[in-house]
Amino acid sequence: MDWGGITENALRALIGSEAIVFALAAIGLNVHFGYTGLLNFGQAAFLAVAAYGLATTVTTFGLPFWLGILVGFAAVLVLALLLGAPTLRLRADYLAIVTIAASEIVRLTLRSVSLRDTFGGSSGLSGFSADFYSLNPYDGEIGFGPFVFGPRDAWVLTVGWILVIIACLIVWALMRSPWGRVIKAIREDEDAVRSLGKNVYSYKMQSLIIGGMLGALGGFMFALAQAAVQPDLYSPTLTFFAYTILILGGAARVLGPVVGAMIFWCLLQLTAGALEGAVRSGAIPTWLMDTNQVGAVRFMLVGIALLLLLVFRPQGIFGDRKEIALDAR
Amino acid sequence: MLPHDWTGTLGAFGRVALLSITGGAPKVRRGIAALCGLVAGIVVLLVGAGTAWGQPVASEESIRGFLRNEGEPVPGVTITVNDADGAEVGTAETDAEGAWEISVPGPGEYEVVLDTETLPDDVPGVVADTITTTVNPLQDKAVLFRGGEPGGDGGEEGGTPGTPAEGGTDTAQPSQIWQLVASGVRFGLILGLAALGLSLVFGTTGLTNFAHGELVTFGAIVAWWLNNAGLPVLAAAALTVVLGGVFGWAQDVGFWRPLRKRGSGLVALMIISIGVSLLLRYLYLYFFSGQRRSYDQYVIQSAIDFGPFGYAPRDLWIMGIAIVTLALVAVALVRTRVGKATRAVSDNPALASASGIDVDRVVTTVWIVGTALAAMAGVMFGLIQQVDYLLGFRVLLLVFAAVVLGGLGTAWGAMVGALIVGVFVEVSTLIIPSELKYAGVLAVLIIILMVRPQGILGRRERIG
Repeated sequence: MDWGGITENALRALIGSEAIVFALAAIGLNVHFGYTGLLNFGQAAFLAVAAYGLATTVTTFGLPFWLGILVGFAAVLVLALLLGAPTLRLRADYLAIVTIAASEIVRLTLRSVSLRDTFGGSSGLSGFSADFYSLNPYDGEIGFGPFVFGPRDAWVLTVGWILVIIACLIVWALMRSPWGRVIKAIREDEDAVRSLGKNVYSYKMQSLIIGGMLGALGGFMFALAQAAVQPDLYSPTLTFFAYTILILGGAARVLGPVVGAMIFWCLLQLTAGALEGAVRSGAIPTWLMDTNQVGAVRFMLVGIALLLLLVFRPQGIFGDRKEIALDAR
Repeated sequence: MLPHDWTGTLGAFGRVALLSITGGAPKVRRGIAALCGLVAGIVVLLVGAGTAWGQPVASEESIRGFLRNEGEPVPGVTITVNDADGAEVGTAETDAEGAWEISVPGPGEYEVVLDTETLPDDVPGVVADTITTTVNPLQDKAVLFRGGEPGGDGGEEGGTPGTPAEGGTDTAQPSQIWQLVASGVRFGLILGLAALGLSLVFGTTGLTNFAHGELVTFGAIVAWWLNNAGLPVLAAAALTVVLGGVFGWAQDVGFWRPLRKRGSGLVALMIISIGVSLLLRYLYLYFFSGQRRSYDQYVIQSAIDFGPFGYAPRDLWIMGIAIVTLALVAVALVRTRVGKATRAVSDNPALASASGIDVDRVVTTVWIVGTALAAMAGVMFGLIQQVDYLLGFRVLLLVFAAVVLGGLGTAWGAMVGALIVGVFVEVSTLIIPSELKYAGVLAVLIIILMVRPQGILGRRERIG
């Protein structure tokens, strides 16, 4: 087995584009769930409308790239308002069901045949990222040690990690502000905050919008890293992964989602590489597992990890158990 | 591919295909052939591939399509995919909607063979029964089997999957409405079994179980295995329901009860159930593979005509059993001691416990009954569609919609909600494109929650 290659791939996944996308998605989710206690199971929809806002503006309507980014943010704002208006007054379990339903509505609409001319149906859209890559200052390979990337990847990673840092700074600044204290108080006891004369509903809505905007950055990076958008990438599985990452790193911590995303993708890449290598070299007999089944085993491990984390260490790596809104109703 | 394909083909009487590509079938030109085989269907292959990260399917490429003749689905036709060396990759039979799917190991050249022996007598045949196609990563492609007499101008390979949506806007025939209502009732009754299980568990424990869809899949897959091992479908189904009860008992005693004793919060339990759902779903994928498979009996039946609508004999049995089961559970909830205890625990666990009810025993009973009901629903879904590892996950949100619509935690509400959801899903295809029918019902769910958050039969209490 090629342990060198497997380790190298795993190390690259540590800072790869998936880690960036999911770190941004989980940072947004952290504002929702970690700080405000909103059980948003529809984060995939925020990434989807941002990515499709960009892709549709540029590819379908032929408008400039930066307008596409603005349209993406505007779409996220609209989605947050539409989603928040009926649901933010609901109990946690209702909120979870409604948000996951909303994210499926978004995905089904994007992949629908009747809107194929606008959104490209189930194969999605591409050809909107030329302006992004034309800004690329790199030519030739960049990096050191195992972290050597081609110019396109290097550009995606540079922009992506800058966005992650900016997002972390925003969350850090927000959460030490008076606004952040109200948000955290809502997580702890909504009625107490209401009795202090704060408009809880309005604060929750602001939190939903801000977390959605941070998730939108992830949507843009997802679309640009692949130079394509596809509706089925924005399935509830994306949201579930983001939750696993958030809880792994530690909710209600600024760097929790970032560290969570890095470890999550590194481990996922490592197990996939090791299992595939073991199957190929015959260390795992074929009656037990073939290379097709490696994918299934990977996702079983994600499920087990999520389950064990919540049972034994719901605060994750960095979190504080007192700060996790797991008993909310 | 498309692991979370909510637009999957539910309801054998659904009017329009997922991708309604079958409009404008070619006319056959000559003489008598034109009479007997006026317009033969087109088989459409959709070849696609996933991208790197999020396609949680063992093999990321698959070939699939719909077989239609004059707009009518053609079930029971065998389609085989061979790789470039001629070795068989997989074989599938079109289901009641004419849909079929075969997973392929990766991008490359494949030969798709339609077994003309298995075509029904009233279908005239295809021009060429073998088509070679290239599966590329990240590409969707349509391949058409031309209908008509064999030996004509051969198959056709196209870059786009044909014309969009034939469905949705055409004028509704009265009989069409009744047919849709009929298949909606069938769908709703099966959904009701699953929803009742979810609602009972929620009522007694407060757990919103995201793994409930996997309990439905459990039924479908276990019954397929038993059937494949030689049991007739009926015996396999009965045994599956029993095994479902055992599975429910084991889950509660071995997993959920210790968690409740630890004092895990409800939100924590909800997220844990997502972990359970992922684990079970990919266990199924591991053992069952990503293929769609059918039971070996009752798959192809001709419908009995009831005037404006028709049901296959299988459907009548399914609906009869579902109605009897739902009624039995309802009577048990009202009349029996354990049923009364269940309702008492739903109302107020602490008070029920104080008045001498063994809450743990009630909850375990509810888990047994709930999982058995879900398993029964799984077998029924498996009979009217096909069995695959995503079967339950695909209907999970509809089950939620049914339960919330009726009122979370109320047993009657779940049944009423499921019937409404079932009929709504089917009838809504008259107005909206059928690929959006699940989106439509989910939108209605959100609107209902704004107007009447406690659901149709729920009591007014704190929801928000």
